Amino acid sequence: MGKQVPIVDYLVIDDGTPHLVAWESTESGALYFDRRNADAKSGTTGFRRRELGRDGVVRSFTIVQRGVPGIPVPYVSALVDLDGGGSVKGNVVNCPADPDHVSLGMRVRLTTYVAGTDDDGTEAVAFAFEPVG
Amino acid sequence: MSDDNVWILGTYMTKFGRHVDRDLIDLASEAAMGAMSDGDVTIHDIEVLGCGSLFNSQAGVGQQLQKQIGQTGIPVYNVANACATGATALRTAYLTIKAGEADMGLAVGVEQMGKGGLLGSGGKGDRARKEYVPKGRYGSVMQVEGLLGTGLMPGVFAQAGMEYAYEHGGVGFEQFAKVAEKNHAHSTLNPLAHYQKEFSLDEIMNAEMMSYPNTLLMCCPNTDGAAAAVLVSEERLRAMSKEQQQRAVKISASVLTTDPWTERAQVQPDVNTLTRNAAQKAYDIAGVDPNDLDLVELHDCFATAELIHYDNLMLCEPGGAGEWIDKRGPWRDGETPVNVSGGLISKGHPIGATGIANIYEVATHLRGEAGDRQIQNAKVGLTHVIGLGSACGVHILERSSLASRR
Repeated sequence: MGKQVPIVDYLVIDDGTPHLVAWESTESGALYFDRRNADAKSGTTGFRRRELGRDGVVRSFTIVQRGVPGIPVPYVSALVDLDGGGSVKGNVVNCPADPDHVSLGMRVRLTTYVAGTDDDGTEAVAFAFEPVG
Repeated sequence: MSDDNVWILGTYMTKFGRHVDRDLIDLASEAAMGAMSDGDVTIHDIEVLGCGSLFNSQAGVGQQLQKQIGQTGIPVYNVANACATGATALRTAYLTIKAGEADMGLAVGVEQMGKGGLLGSGGKGDRARKEYVPKGRYGSVMQVEGLLGTGLMPGVFAQAGMEYAYEHGGVGFEQFAKVAEKNHAHSTLNPLAHYQKEFSLDEIMNAEMMSYPNTLLMCCPNTDGAAAAVLVSEERLRAMSKEQQQRAVKISASVLTTDPWTERAQVQPDVNTLTRNAAQKAYDIAGVDPNDLDLVELHDCFATAELIHYDNLMLCEPGGAGEWIDKRGPWRDGETPVNVSGGLISKGHPIGATGIANIYEVATHLRGEAGDRQIQNAKVGLTHVIGLGSACGVHILERSSLASRR
């Protein structure tokens, strides 16, 4: 198996069970996935890394039927409120992509899969969510 | 800052649609000259020009327009503010008059979208050699659209609508589809709309699914078009003719907001908070209650968006947007008519023009000049646009009381 890298730097795949991390403002507690110059809530500059929960609730979703080239459709895009704090957008997988199988308020758990391999054989690992139970 | 009101003296919009035989400046010229003619003024009366064209924001469209309609040396502001570009162009003229630097200004919004495809897919084209190197603020090693959820516009606004459905009862696919049913029906009365075709609820729900629950007939088309407005100070208007005074429309509130920090907006744009803030501020400034509104033109880029803005603009009971469309509250014969122009869904959405085209629509009703689609005895109207990123423009317009009407 070749080397693996996370698709984004807020996915941690080399420290136990894969999970998401956020930058948390030490002043306001606001959470961010991207690098920030300052906290958009408080304007202060102190941040710490915070590990987020793997389980959550589907707060909203859409089923994309017409997307960008190279991405198979249909797929489910969802907004997930994570237990313990933090909201994230990701696909719902391991579940038929139709409104009879995906529902608002559905409980989901983080999972990972290989999204692609580059010319050096390095695999990009992406995260998604799958229904629980 | 002047306490005097700013008035709309003239306004115009081109036919919205595909204008393959005309260029951007043709469309802008038609709108600009149309608005000046409507206000019975010339380019020599105009002291400031605000010009909005999102996809050509670095092209000096305002100056290009001047080359065609009159180079008088006045200041030009070329603005870009996502889908609020037109409203922002209008506000540059408005603010210049408010500041006392000009008595009359022209605002023009124009866009040629062509067959633009889906907006929001981000950059295209990867490096020739595929190598996973973290880039950008998220340290992403590849394009993530479709892998980590969607950022395409039909999906973003679908998620915004479904979030409302999660928080409030009585909202589902059918309620969203009813919005499109209404706007397509309304469009049949508007000769300037891109599409003027009525569709049944079944046809809308069974049309090609783009991003559930938005079908093709619930998405705005890519459209070419332009709109313009001439703004004038109250002092100057008082010195103008009786007819100009009678047809002038008062801008009772002009508000622009951006999205304040909210927790979930880090992964999904929050189109609600800045709209509510803009609406509340506009109602306060104008001294107008949502119940006073005779018509509203709001930003229905997708049917799911229109539904949530019923609540954001306080047109329905809190949480009651689904019930409101079920009881036909926003139909032209309903409690508060919404998008009697056909809205973006049918009229079209030439991005830079949209925030002035809705001003044109409301002003035309307030003047009693809307023909077959006239909302009878309309006295107060509201316009709303929102651009992701985000920016929200809300204007409240009122029928003239400067000169008595017959």
